[in-house]
Amino acid sequence: MSKHRLNPDTWIDLYADYLFNYAVSRVNDAEIAKDLVQETFFAGLKSAKNFKGDAAERTWLIAILKRKVIDHYRKINSNKGKAEVRMNYSAGSDSEGDWLEEQVADPFSKLENSAIENEELGLAIQSCLSKLPKKQNLVFTMKTIQGINTEDICNELDINPSNLWVMIHRARTSLMDCLNQNWF
Amino acid sequence: MISCEKAKHLCDKSQYNESSLWERIKLSIHLYTCKVCSKYSKKNSKLTSLCEQANMFNLSEADKAEMKKVFDQENIK
Repeated sequence: MSKHRLNPDTWIDLYADYLFNYAVSRVNDAEIAKDLVQETFFAGLKSAKNFKGDAAERTWLIAILKRKVIDHYRKINSNKGKAEVRMNYSAGSDSEGDWLEEQVADPFSKLENSAIENEELGLAIQSCLSKLPKKQNLVFTMKTIQGINTEDICNELDINPSNLWVMIHRARTSLMDCLNQNWF
Repeated sequence: MISCEKAKHLCDKSQYNESSLWERIKLSIHLYTCKVCSKYSKKNSKLTSLCEQANMFNLSEADKAEMKKVFDQENIK
């Protein structure tokens, strides 16, 4: 069985976006998520010698990030009172006896499920993106996710438009294949 | 008539709303006659809608560069 090895120099290029997506969907704040990702990389570096090679690099980093997210919530909930759950039943006091029914989840609501599904989809796309060559990944991300226009990307990366469209085309084709295998 | 190469290029461009009206007309005529390209076009639109649906977040290059700088300092130690 081939052992996995850690390669910290490539971490940020390969996993920063993936970890960031994961963190944002859990803490709902870009700044905090960024800090958590940074801390994850530090922690990974510090405990790199404890890495046994059983898991893939990314799985290992995600496991660290999970702990970081939990620590984050522990920290902001350190005051006991904040952790208390309060429900206000008296708000609609004229609807006597109906309060229990109102708390029941709506079985026809698809909102919750689709939010979870979309989050998983985001991670799936991200992991497909990380398999692309670096330049294609960069161009596709800038164009599709950040929505920067063609001219600006060309200026920034010093390429010409037809070059850009070729890369976009290759990126899209491999993404379609990858998502076809991993998502549908 | 446009070639399949050209059609794919126009199709990619349309995904970002960057094709002109005339280009879109040329493309749709081609898609009407060419099965391979129309399949590609369908998959392409699907990918676009998936990317929108996924509501993805990304670190900017500046953020990543900053992260790298701090990280490298730690790495050397």
